[in-house]
Amino acid sequence: MFRKAANQLLNLVAFLSISLAIGGMGWILGTVLCNGSNVLSWDFITASSKPYGEPGAGVGNALLGTIIMTTGATLLAVPPALVGGIYLAEFGKHSKPADALRFCANAMMGVPSILVGLFVYALLVIPSGNFSGLAGTVALAIIMLPVIMRTTEDMLLMVPNAMRESALALGMSRMRTTLCIVARCARNGLATGVLLSLARVSGETAPLLFTALFADSWPVNFFTGPTASTPVLITEYTTNSPFESMHAMGWGAALLMTIFILTINITTRCIFHENRH
Amino acid sequence: MQQTDTIFRIICQIGAFLPLLLVAGILSQLCVHSTDAWEHFGLSFLWGSNWDPSVEDYGALPHVLGTLLTTFLSLFLAIPLSFAVALLITESPEWLNRPLSHCVDLLAAIPSVIYGMWGLFVLVPIMQEYVQPLLTDMFGLIPLPGTAWIWGEDGGGFGFLTAGIILALMVLPYMCAVMRDVFRMTPPMLRESAYGLGCTRMEVTRDVVMRYGIRGILGGIFIGMGRALGETMAVLFVIGNVMDLPSGLFSCGTTIAATLANNFAEATGLQQSALFALGLVLLLMSFSIQLLTRYYLHRVEVVRGETY
Amino acid sequence: MKTDIKISARNINFYYGKNQVLFNNNLDIHANRITAVIGPSGCGKSTHLRIYNRIFELYRNQKATGELILDGKNILAPGIDLLQLRHRVGMIFQKPTPFPMSIADNVAYPLRLHYHLNRKEQAERVEQALRSASLWDEVKDKLHTSGMALSGGQQQRLCIARALAAEPEVLLMDEPTSAIDPVATLRIEELVQNLKKQYTIVIVTHNMQQAARISDRTAFFYKGRIVEEGETSRIFTNPTHKQTEDYITGRFG
Repeated sequence: MFRKAANQLLNLVAFLSISLAIGGMGWILGTVLCNGSNVLSWDFITASSKPYGEPGAGVGNALLGTIIMTTGATLLAVPPALVGGIYLAEFGKHSKPADALRFCANAMMGVPSILVGLFVYALLVIPSGNFSGLAGTVALAIIMLPVIMRTTEDMLLMVPNAMRESALALGMSRMRTTLCIVARCARNGLATGVLLSLARVSGETAPLLFTALFADSWPVNFFTGPTASTPVLITEYTTNSPFESMHAMGWGAALLMTIFILTINITTRCIFHENRH
Repeated sequence: MQQTDTIFRIICQIGAFLPLLLVAGILSQLCVHSTDAWEHFGLSFLWGSNWDPSVEDYGALPHVLGTLLTTFLSLFLAIPLSFAVALLITESPEWLNRPLSHCVDLLAAIPSVIYGMWGLFVLVPIMQEYVQPLLTDMFGLIPLPGTAWIWGEDGGGFGFLTAGIILALMVLPYMCAVMRDVFRMTPPMLRESAYGLGCTRMEVTRDVVMRYGIRGILGGIFIGMGRALGETMAVLFVIGNVMDLPSGLFSCGTTIAATLANNFAEATGLQQSALFALGLVLLLMSFSIQLLTRYYLHRVEVVRGETY
Repeated sequence: MKTDIKISARNINFYYGKNQVLFNNNLDIHANRITAVIGPSGCGKSTHLRIYNRIFELYRNQKATGELILDGKNILAPGIDLLQLRHRVGMIFQKPTPFPMSIADNVAYPLRLHYHLNRKEQAERVEQALRSASLWDEVKDKLHTSGMALSGGQQQRLCIARALAAEPEVLLMDEPTSAIDPVATLRIEELVQNLKKQYTIVIVTHNMQQAARISDRTAFFYKGRIVEEGETSRIFTNPTHKQTEDYITGRFG
């Protein structure tokens, strides 16, 4: 009797927890949707942000800034991350140095993202003397690099060894085997890894706070001046502003960002899932 | 042909060395830029409890304690939750299992600013209006000494408890995903044979799944801890940003990451150096968790290797 | 039956780290014959085969010593062009490993590696290889579908076609039918017998009936040593060693 009751209790607790988790998610998304949909309009998406009080303000510059920085970070991070992952998976399976490198990659993944911001500030902003979109891009790339590297490693390790052996047995070089056969077998996983980490960094705020900063202008000074981005805009408009209309714009930007990120997440997962079977 | 292979290998090796360079770079930059603060305050920086730019006196204690308190609170809330969720996901039938795990994955994808915003505009008023009065009333009925100390000065909805709740919601999907994967790896035969003995689900969980997956559960907790420790935005919005020692769960305070986010862009001179020093402290905390995890996992491996 | 010796293994020892798994292997592989390598699991027969194209070098801490003479040249010596070697010595694995591309591309892949052919020649060679692997009739209408969509037996024949397309001299087969149903196995056995006119074949198998059915010569491995080798008919009817006899009559293994 007691055993059954305890079991029922566990079921109840589990059920409550999951409703709490899913409910929390629904609540958050619902709030974003309710508050954000009011301000959405074509002008809101295309117009540049302006100081409080000026009419016709939008978030276009922040969206564009986010797109540029995220794309730039992906371009910067993906090639070294892929080759690094290849090294860990193909050449460094049981070697001490590769273990150390793997540990570094894990440690980098655990470094709080705001510290990456500090690092890039010290590395790029102090020497060049100004905040820039480039610095933000580099910070995002640093966050992406270890994530993609470890995903690459995991995905390549899932390719059976027989595949490598049969490619080598045909007289292929290691390079060809890895790039044309092994990477090809793992391509779905690799694409998923890249896209998901792209989605993740597009919502990163902390590392941009003192690298890209914020500006009420289009990202024309990408290399030399502060550049707007969506997450920083949201932060600026909600924490540093007492005005209702700014909050509303913040919600609008949050809605756009959520839609973007969830779309990438859901579509990648669907595509990957289909291809696996 | 074999020459190209060697070149290929070297290129890959260079790629793999990047994280090492980055780790070394971050560590050295933080050290270099914080030397002023260390020279000025020495190690007493760590337990100084003042943060006053007007007299140039800086101490790390409120920030460190604040970080530890929010991390602890969030784990305290998130561990049982994520455990139960992971369990339900693995034990539930296929049609429910898939959507639930996707939901949890999506929860992890929502950026932290949005958690922060939601916390600021939705959770803070709720805490102020309902939760805090309720909790004070409930515990006020029981005349226990020291309850006032638990709640502390009322921050009007802002404060450590609110930050802890938001953080818990944020780290839950990460911990849950790790635990779920571990539970799934329990060999079905093992589980079935336990059910075959007439165990209830709770007993199977406690005696088979948990024992089999203890490593993953702790791994998941460590991952959650690492995230909660360094999370900036979600905390920044709701912690209140007062640079005092934490005085209770309802009181406002700050964490290392929140202090950095708030003050760094305008700081110069000694304050900037002190902020770099705070960053260094945070980095070392994060690294020590990593090392602890690794050491622990290694030890479990060794113990397992001997016993099985 | 007098034939040329294609490969001659001399004093081969093999190590996994510090663990020696092959001891003093000496074996002659005759040209245009099928040599079967049999023995209980874990006796080192696959390991032995994997030395012939040096595929074991994919893994660190695996090491072979001794001499392996292929057409008068020691292929274990340093300075051997591995890619060239593997072009000459093809290999088929336990499980079919079609590459994630179309059937035609799978077969054309080694052609692109080793030859410079125009489109037409390439198509001809692909057809020829698929015909020799007796797969052509089954796949000629779907050459551009994925190789992964074929059945297990077809996949394995696709891998054989792929290996044949490179026109190797020697074909190594590491339990090629172990993951395949009996009917498909028979087809592959027939195929292997036809192939010996052009190729020298070494086949590892744990199935003694298979060895007896298709091979001309047999080597019996036990615990990393070659206990006995010779004409298949003699090994199976009149083994000289007690261990061979016990294994063949099914008393252990």
